[in-house]
Amino acid sequence: MEALTRFLNNFLPDDLVTFILILLKIALIVVPVILLAAYTTYAERKIIGFMQVRIGPNRVGPLGLLQPIADTCKLIFKEIVIPTHSNRFLFLSAPLLSMGPAFTAWAVIPFSEGMVLANINAGLLFLLALSSLGVYGIILAGWASNSKYAQLGAMRVGAQMISYEIAMGFALVGVLMAAGSLNMNDIVKAQSGSIFNWFIWPLFGLFLVYFISGIAETNRAPFDVAEGESEIVAGFHVEYSGMAMAIFFIAEYANMILIAVLTSILFLGGWLSPLQGLDVLTQLPGLGLFFGNGLHWLALKACIFLFLFLWFRATFPRYRYDQIMRLGWKVLIPVTLVWIFAEGIAIVIGWQPWLF
Amino acid sequence: MFQQFIFYLFTAVLIASAIGVVTVRNPIYAALCLILAFFSSAAIWVLSGAEFLGIVLVLVYVGAVMVLFLFVIMMLDLNLDLLKEGFIRYLPIGLGAALIIIIEMSLVLHMPTFQIKQPLAVLPTNNTEALGEILYTDYAYPFEIAAVILVLAIVAAIVLTLRRRADVKLQNIPEQIQVRRNDRVRLIKMQAEK
Amino acid sequence: MGINFKYYLKAFSFYELINGLIVTNKYLTARKITIKYPEQKTPLSPRFRGHHALRRYPNGEERCIACKLCEAVCPALAITIDSEERPDGTRRTTRYEIDLFKCIYCGYCEEACPVDAIVETNIFEYHFEKQGENIQTKEKLLAIGDKYEAEIAKMKATDAPYR
Repeated sequence: MEALTRFLNNFLPDDLVTFILILLKIALIVVPVILLAAYTTYAERKIIGFMQVRIGPNRVGPLGLLQPIADTCKLIFKEIVIPTHSNRFLFLSAPLLSMGPAFTAWAVIPFSEGMVLANINAGLLFLLALSSLGVYGIILAGWASNSKYAQLGAMRVGAQMISYEIAMGFALVGVLMAAGSLNMNDIVKAQSGSIFNWFIWPLFGLFLVYFISGIAETNRAPFDVAEGESEIVAGFHVEYSGMAMAIFFIAEYANMILIAVLTSILFLGGWLSPLQGLDVLTQLPGLGLFFGNGLHWLALKACIFLFLFLWFRATFPRYRYDQIMRLGWKVLIPVTLVWIFAEGIAIVIGWQPWLF
Repeated sequence: MFQQFIFYLFTAVLIASAIGVVTVRNPIYAALCLILAFFSSAAIWVLSGAEFLGIVLVLVYVGAVMVLFLFVIMMLDLNLDLLKEGFIRYLPIGLGAALIIIIEMSLVLHMPTFQIKQPLAVLPTNNTEALGEILYTDYAYPFEIAAVILVLAIVAAIVLTLRRRADVKLQNIPEQIQVRRNDRVRLIKMQAEK
Repeated sequence: MGINFKYYLKAFSFYELINGLIVTNKYLTARKITIKYPEQKTPLSPRFRGHHALRRYPNGEERCIACKLCEAVCPALAITIDSEERPDGTRRTTRYEIDLFKCIYCGYCEEACPVDAIVETNIFEYHFEKQGENIQTKEKLLAIGDKYEAEIAKMKATDAPYR
């Protein structure tokens, strides 16, 4: 990166170099996220297929590995049908509105020590704000489609996402109380020491609440009443076709990956190695690099949570709408409130189990 | 230079979208204009260093309040012509309200009663921390009172809209799941009939 | 009723959810029984009812005697037969057509045939590219019969003990 900066500085003004570098970093984040989103669809089809004793996609390329690429090609060449009496402008901008926040949120994710696009102080709040913006794409898609099913799906999503945001926010409050900072990098660093310093141990309840409401926020099974293919066909994107629908899907999977990454950052120490403190292993000449902290641990932890997303989808039946609301308001929020209260008392009396 | 450019960009968007809120015919577009206005003002706040306030504005207003607004507007069957009928007639009242708001704002900003009594000894580097320290020290009571009023409003709204209907049959799933044998079956000892 | 501690313990320890997850996880590693179709095929029964064929006797004479039993028994009215008397006094068909769009592959024609002329082979991979190809004429049916006679005879022989 520095070599590149020096090279560009030779013949370009400073401001422009900064601008180009930022664009480059954004591309470095967004392109892998899109690819990952594409391959998450493949993983989903494979894993759910395996759990249903099928073998999933296996035709395109070895083991069906080129399937996402084939799907993308197909979707690109499909016609985007715009329904009559739909609101053309909003209909076409809704997918972008749902994709925007899903990608913007990645700006504050620390991938490794110092590997973050924008190391802002209020990183956690920023994430919360952006995750609450994702609902607009869906609501507008539902309304602009001029379809009953889409509208019903949009209504369901609107209420569901607002409800679960509260539980999610409270779970994050617990994390920031423990870390004493809203900065994502500081939150990771507050968990350094050993595997027992991770927030998952003292904040286990909040961890569960966060992950559950994360699943609800991304409208994944068993909280996917927005799509509810057996009741309202496909919910908000019933009228979408071709690339417009593909963008919705990319946004959904990018959000899924985001929640998985966030859960591992907030509760499982992000890029910290679980072998921290075991100097015997981390000081090894070759393997030490692997056992030490780094991006690969974050990827590994996120993969576990992504797998959980798919595992849940293959296992649990869809919640009924009123049960979703009941779970969100009457179970998750009280649990977080009690946990935060207990945590506050623990901090006041100086009993902080995460600070060994 | 770059900052100024961004500032003017967001200000232009803010003013344009604020005008759009009152001039656009379609109420959905009006709500979306309002969202854009919130967003650009949040961006301006972040630009001036108040990142906490900016993000909270997005979080609360854009993320929750406006979603509910949109929600309600989408479900209404709006007659667009009727909505714009009395625009000129109500203009003086609207301008009067705007004037009152301006006066109130300038009062709040310039009256000594509303100024911070003493600046914090050591300024925290973090915007969020600074706000927290002021909220929970100088403004602890107003803050708590505001919180109580909000809770009151929530409870009041729920009480006003909650109606228990006797004629609906609803499942109570936890109750159904928790049923034990003793709740349903009673064993009776009877003499066998001859 | 009192607080049912057992219920709350079960609910908050995700007892039932985890049980469900264990079940799906068991099948994740289970042996997959999917047949990879074009490369692998399932074995077919000798009674499999696929595409039709008209057979001939070993001396080359077609078996069908235009008795029209198949036409009569066909529940979908898919078979059309015209017949003539040949100079040598035998009765043969001039037209024997099966509309494969109408046909429901019930196999009644095969059952009804007194001379084992019309049979359903185990050919199931066929398609039509033009309109009208769905009507299988006598020539086509005889051609299929000639081509797959060995197979048809073998299947008939395998099934014979059970009839």
